[in-house]
Amino acid sequence: MAKATFDTPELKPHQEVVDLPTVKPGTMHHLKTFPAKPVHNESIGYPGELVDDWQDKAVQRLGELVEGSKALRVFLDTCVKCGACTDKCHYFLGTQDPNNMPVARQDLLRSVYRRYFTFAGKHFPKLVGAKDFDKPMLDDWYNYFHQCSQCRRCSVFCPYGIDTAEISMAAREVMDSIGVGQKYCNEILGKVHKVGNNLGLPEPALVDTLEGLEEDVEEDTGVLVRFPVDQKGADVLLITPSADFFAEPHIDGLIGYGKVFHQAGISWTLSSYASEAANFSMFIGSADNLKKTAMRIREAALELGVKRIIVGECGHAWRVAYSFWNTLIGPFDFLDPKYPVPQHIVEFTYDLIQRGALELDKEANDHRRITFHDSCNVARASRMGNIPGGQFILPREVIKAAANNFFDMAPDTIHEKTFCCGGGGGLLTDDLMELRVKGAMPRMQALKQVVEENDVNTLVAICAICKTQFAKVLPYYQFDSHMITSLHEVVGDAIQLGAKE
Amino acid sequence: MALEVNGKSIAVDEEGYLENRDDWNMDIAKAIAKEEGLDMTDAHWEVVNFLREYYDEYQIAPAVRVLTKSIGKKLGKDKGNSKYLYELFPYGPAKQACKIAGLPKPTGCV
Repeated sequence: MAKATFDTPELKPHQEVVDLPTVKPGTMHHLKTFPAKPVHNESIGYPGELVDDWQDKAVQRLGELVEGSKALRVFLDTCVKCGACTDKCHYFLGTQDPNNMPVARQDLLRSVYRRYFTFAGKHFPKLVGAKDFDKPMLDDWYNYFHQCSQCRRCSVFCPYGIDTAEISMAAREVMDSIGVGQKYCNEILGKVHKVGNNLGLPEPALVDTLEGLEEDVEEDTGVLVRFPVDQKGADVLLITPSADFFAEPHIDGLIGYGKVFHQAGISWTLSSYASEAANFSMFIGSADNLKKTAMRIREAALELGVKRIIVGECGHAWRVAYSFWNTLIGPFDFLDPKYPVPQHIVEFTYDLIQRGALELDKEANDHRRITFHDSCNVARASRMGNIPGGQFILPREVIKAAANNFFDMAPDTIHEKTFCCGGGGGLLTDDLMELRVKGAMPRMQALKQVVEENDVNTLVAICAICKTQFAKVLPYYQFDSHMITSLHEVVGDAIQLGAKE
Repeated sequence: MALEVNGKSIAVDEEGYLENRDDWNMDIAKAIAKEEGLDMTDAHWEVVNFLREYYDEYQIAPAVRVLTKSIGKKLGKDKGNSKYLYELFPYGPAKQACKIAGLPKPTGCV
């Protein structure tokens, strides 16, 4: 693999947030994520390659999106260029490219919208900054709308509440509709439709992997903890990102879920048909694919006859589940109304802890000094439990119940102001490594402070993308890649198997 | 894109993964390894061969954990860990070793 051809941003000692950088125009203009092949685009219902009349088709599709979403129209009409968002984006802070200021990125689409859908833009384009959708504009869209992780941190600071992610999603949908897709997202979505998960992990491989886990846990603990697949009549269907079956440290989190279910004595199952929580359709703004992908989960739940659906550690999946499932694949009248639909695994574990149903030995985690990274889609697009801010409180309370040493990062970098890991929104691909490393800088700066001041050695996250991203970028900033840990690995390590038997 | 091996042109994708798994042979594996800056030793072949066997059975590369366990069983417990595999394949056993084994790159949040 070729060595990095870019410089990793420098972190400052004893500083919690990054300074406002000087602007360096065009620094990220070269970065073009791999385009999808025709087979990838076609597998999810888009034209294979750039269509002949692409300009007209793109404008037409943009018109349909604006017509279909009053929110999108308001987001495009109301920006007054106040600048509040400019220094809130991790990609701008890390790359210094002014096109990565949220307002400038949005204006790539807004100027086109203005040209074709407003009176002033149609007749006096130059006066109002309206621009044609020509080839250079399409190229800029492709480059810079794939440098937005749709994390919505800028939206927290926007006085009008403009949701930049919606604009990035719309731009990607317009590009897909004319045959200009991104390889990473589109290839993966094709696999979900065909095999049932992002990895393309077929049922026999899933079963083999889970049997191996049962052996490992039994060897470690002397207790047989089951990891069941397609078990009809189980109480709970667990929908988790397929990275949990495959990657480190994700799989240690899966072991933790299994230990929680085991000790609580609640029957559960995975589904080989719906073996994926992730739904990358959201990243590309595709309503049709969003529904089609989510529908597998409803079908699996009905087929298996479960009473509850619990979602594993996956950031954007929780947004899709919490905010969209009911509309997309509801109603869930076949599930037990005593429980939240859907329920997050952290919420589930938290409730068990509150009821005294788990025997946790905090000292088992005494070698860990832990901080928690709020994942953007959990933090800013959903909730957990029945208390306001539960999505911030519950994960921290679960960690504190399972471990003695917990330290939060700086207030401006956590909760709703959390910084993206740098790999969200469909950008977790090697061809964007420069962006991923640079975009991780603000989070790494805040991490450095708790490492220096509190000797933190463990970074806990509840999102498969965050976990993989940190495992890859931590070494660029001189941290150990093994710092990144699944929340349920911490829980699992504290569970005293056999104590409740 | 293509890789030249023994005067033959082998189709690879943007990142150097084989387009057609059937094209694979040991010379191609060595050529890919060279591109990666690796010399193929017996230890490397052990991993690559396991990956190919696993893929033949399951149509996917094994999880890192499955791989380490299998290597541990074959070569002894001290080698059944990801540290050993990262020493052999510094960019990661899942991605780098898969490439040399002629398998598609694992996709998703991995």
